[in-house]
Amino acid sequence: MEKKNTGLMTILTNGLLKENPVLRLVLGTCPTLAVTTAVFNGLGMGVAATFVLICSNIVISALRKIIPSQVRLPCFIVIIASFVTLVHMLIRAYVPALNSALGVYLPLITVNCIILGRAEMFASKNGVAASALDGLGMGIGFTITLVLMSAVRELVGAGTFLGIQIIPASVAPVGVMVLPPGGFFVFGIFMALAIFLERKMGKDPTPDAACGACPSAEFCPAKGVE
Amino acid sequence: MEVQKLLVTPSPHILAKTNTRNIMVGVCIALLPTLIASAVIFGWYVLLLCGVTVAACVGFEALYCLIMKKPIPVGDFSAVVTGIILAFNLPPAFPLWMAIIGAFISIVIVKQLFGGLGLNFANPALVGRMVLQLSFTGPMIAFTYPQSVAGVDALASATPLYVLQQGTVPLMDLLLGTHGGVLGETCAITLIVGGLFMIFTKIISPTIPVVYIGGVFVLKFLLGIGGGTAAAVAGMDALGSILAGGLLLGAFFMATDYTTSPYTRRGKIVYGIVLAILTVAIREWATMLEGVSYSLLLANLLVPYINGLTRQRPLGVKKGKKPAADGKGAK
Repeated sequence: MEKKNTGLMTILTNGLLKENPVLRLVLGTCPTLAVTTAVFNGLGMGVAATFVLICSNIVISALRKIIPSQVRLPCFIVIIASFVTLVHMLIRAYVPALNSALGVYLPLITVNCIILGRAEMFASKNGVAASALDGLGMGIGFTITLVLMSAVRELVGAGTFLGIQIIPASVAPVGVMVLPPGGFFVFGIFMALAIFLERKMGKDPTPDAACGACPSAEFCPAKGVE
Repeated sequence: MEVQKLLVTPSPHILAKTNTRNIMVGVCIALLPTLIASAVIFGWYVLLLCGVTVAACVGFEALYCLIMKKPIPVGDFSAVVTGIILAFNLPPAFPLWMAIIGAFISIVIVKQLFGGLGLNFANPALVGRMVLQLSFTGPMIAFTYPQSVAGVDALASATPLYVLQQGTVPLMDLLLGTHGGVLGETCAITLIVGGLFMIFTKIISPTIPVVYIGGVFVLKFLLGIGGGTAAAVAGMDALGSILAGGLLLGAFFMATDYTTSPYTRRGKIVYGIVLAILTVAIREWATMLEGVSYSLLLANLLVPYINGLTRQRPLGVKKGKKPAADGKGAK
């Protein structure tokens, strides 16, 4: 099922706000909450995931006619895992600080819902170029979200930005922001902001609570099932 | 001759004069003796601290509603109550700007973002306190000793709960509140007076405080007996554990919050028992000395389930028999 009449530009910009993987599709929540304690970690995670996303989207899209649909998920995972291993090795070799900061969340990109979700929802149904753009758009959306969230959390929770002291050290930082509860606070507020922004731009993403409100409705097997 | 028109309207026809504002003013009055007592014990700074939290709570509520273009509910005094209770949960020398952050968390994040009065998932002041506790652990446990110690301005000291673990604290000290602790928890007498005032003016029902405090007493007493202590000593220990710490404040003023406590009497009893068990468990076996706030928060989150399990039987339905409406109305 090829998606037609969808401009390449739309595919690219979808991931920024309308189908922002974290804030609107609510995918990849676990790494989002876990690594956004510092801008450096958020940026690193975003870039690593974007790289994997683009590469795996391209490969899966290129192989979509060969992969039998019964075993497609294991195939996707194998492809994604190869790229994650690649990224993991590169980061371990060149940015060991990031490796130790991200810890287990780096290899866990393999099972990041965003990447598997895009493979299933987009790359396995669209051409190589479109899939690459989709991966890039989604990756940029993911990275921007992570960086913004971690900027808020690092600034308020530790008084720094990228490790540089912004708020004087004499002012005690609000430590809860770098703890899990703060992650949920910021996550919820950002989700509300994303919907608010979309409304401001004249599109109401939540006309009612039915399937129309869900950005995944197009691909949802349970669509229309009451 | 004029014909009297017959008006037909649905019930209720007889309205009590009670409204949110009356109730909240009543709670404020009940909190006042404790505020005065803590000002006497800890000095004038606590009045400033309390004033700042109240002003911040009211201000944040007004500001949020202004920005979100909602009707401004400042007149109902609920933010004032949140502010006072938040201040009561802070140690006497707490920095003002940190208290303002607590007020922001309480009002904006816990209360307004979840829909305002009546829709918050947990007691706003309580979550405000938790966030402050997690963020500013140092200042939050800097309990200064009351000024009654002659010749010393301020003295860092342990709370009576800690002292109780080591030995005993005279019960009179606990009643009068001349010991370290947060603003509103030290003076047991004024808290009891405030609680009784609220019970007699029917602002709160006595069920939750009685079950909660009684439960803690019984559990503590049984644990003492089980540990091989003489009954009299165990009884005194149990009495001390009621009067020390935030139990009275929590039981009278925080556990009885309408939004975050169960509707029915059975539910309230369950809620009180859960609170008592959690509090004693945290005090006895956890690394923390005080368990009232954490048990309140946990019990707050259980309230929807308690409500679901302790529904009232509809009038006229026999016990053990399922109401007929269940079969038809379930779809």
